Amino acid sequence: MLLLDWLYVGVFAVVGLGMAALPLAIVWALAPRAPYPQKRLTYESGVVPFGQAWAQFNVRYYLFGLVFVIFDVEVIYLYPWAIVFQRLGKFAFVEMLIFLVILLLGLAYAWRKGALEWA
Amino acid sequence: MGELAAFIILSAITLVSAVVVVTSRNIVRSALSLVPTFFGVTGLYILLQAEFVAGIQVLIYAGAITVLILFVIMLTEGGTGLRVRQTNEQVPLSILAAAVVAVLLIGVLAQTPWPRATESLPQYTASGIGEALLTNLVLVFEVTSLVLLVALMGAIIVARRER
Amino acid sequence: MNWGLEIAKAVGLAVVMFTFLAVVGAMFGVLLERKIGGWIQSRLGPKHVGPQGLLQTIADTVKLLQKEHITPRAADVAIFNTAPLIVAVAGLMDWIVIPFGPTLIVRDLNIGVVFFAAMASLTVVGILVGGFASNNKYSLLGGLRSASQMISYELPLAMALVAVAMQAGTLSTLGIVNAQAQRGWFVFLQFPAFVIFLIAATAEVNRVPFDLPEAESELVAGYFSEYTGMRFALFQLGEYAEMFAMAAMATTLFLGGWRGPLLPPVIWFLLKMYLIVFFLMWTRWTFPRLRLDQLLNLSWKLLLPAGLIWILITGFFITFF
Repeated sequence: MLLLDWLYVGVFAVVGLGMAALPLAIVWALAPRAPYPQKRLTYESGVVPFGQAWAQFNVRYYLFGLVFVIFDVEVIYLYPWAIVFQRLGKFAFVEMLIFLVILLLGLAYAWRKGALEWA
Repeated sequence: MGELAAFIILSAITLVSAVVVVTSRNIVRSALSLVPTFFGVTGLYILLQAEFVAGIQVLIYAGAITVLILFVIMLTEGGTGLRVRQTNEQVPLSILAAAVVAVLLIGVLAQTPWPRATESLPQYTASGIGEALLTNLVLVFEVTSLVLLVALMGAIIVARRER
Repeated sequence: MNWGLEIAKAVGLAVVMFTFLAVVGAMFGVLLERKIGGWIQSRLGPKHVGPQGLLQTIADTVKLLQKEHITPRAADVAIFNTAPLIVAVAGLMDWIVIPFGPTLIVRDLNIGVVFFAAMASLTVVGILVGGFASNNKYSLLGGLRSASQMISYELPLAMALVAVAMQAGTLSTLGIVNAQAQRGWFVFLQFPAFVIFLIAATAEVNRVPFDLPEAESELVAGYFSEYTGMRFALFQLGEYAEMFAMAAMATTLFLGGWRGPLLPPVIWFLLKMYLIVFFLMWTRWTFPRLRLDQLLNLSWKLLLPAGLIWILITGFFITFF
């Protein structure tokens, strides 16, 4: 039954959170607490940190995320197709072929335009 | 009875997280709050017997879109986002506007004669969706791929102009 | 439908299962990794604590439980503490759809395979946010790079899952194992999907050869850098739980799950799962790590097109024969 299935999912999530937080609570109770400024400095391989904690980030991270979202949405269409195409005959296969070709075109475009380059 | 309780809990989760998203001063906390909001919506989809859509909601929204939003935050704020304060300059005016819209919406919703489903909901299973996509809605399906293609190309063009 | 009773049953099952996973999966898994690493590198792994070092991880856990929680000065404390929880919970939730036996599955969700992919996606959020909240250049870079890597490999992972779903005609994990009863193990029918799945799984859990974002010699410890003590352990727990989940999923999808003669189903399942785990650990101690751009190229320019083409080939064969 659907609701019951997902009730289990919900309960597991809550219990998981609780059980994961439990060691943290134990540490909070047991561990020593002796914070002094030097200990809490940002780690920078032993030298005193300088400057802001950011660097000039390229747009490449965003491009990867973007192409990923587009293809993730495409994969969503693949899942239901995968389980029904067998009984819907040849036309279903052709439909998906068209769909995938259009998206492969997109991938090729991204490739050509350098959106997939890290450098 | 159980369904009502579930509905209330899920709505509460969704609404509270959504309020945190909108009002939080810390932009990263704001973005993180989207995750419980999406989970709340997932639960609501389950209550509507739409299992596949619920799975997709987690996969795409909580998994991909949240990541994308976080990327964008880190690119624009670059780490100082922790100290950027989200302040709203025109609070009284916005409260007024929001109240007007709320009254209008609630009025319309209350007065519409919604058809009541008397029998249980159909199961929107993955196979049902698949069959619909490939038979009745095949044109929509193909056009979707074109929309995705255009979105991809457009975003790449816009993003790469910054080089 | 007595909701209270169902909730109580669910809570009990969750506690049992997570304890089992934490002990057998994470603790034993870490020990296994160190022993196997030692064996491959011609040295002994941990040997002192307990017989043959079996209690090593327990000793480590006790140690970690009393380590001081150091929070970096400028970190966002709430998010800093939530990030390991997200990673740990996502890794544990994957196990809801893993079938240990014909009826030994927490819940056989109709969309089992999609749920698995969704939980794998959630880990990325935790890692990204953990790297960000540390307010440390190395952590931030590590988090961003790790997130980029993980999202890039989610697509080939999904391709492999789709190919298996096509072969089995269902998204439910139980259904997929049962389908292998008639058609034979999918590792033979869907060998390319198996390869793609294993490579993508290794990258998803940030293991060598794909562990650049957390490599000690590269970015200190990447997004881990500022995490000490138990919070670090929670990240590790999430990653190991996810690794075992990927191995378990690989046995379910490709090696026929619990099926096998003579021995009880659970034993077969565990044997096959540990076989894959051993294989993953073997690769870890054997290969050098890939550079980030090599890694990303491998995913986008090789695995993704290969996955799509394999899906088309599978579809072709299923439709026309």
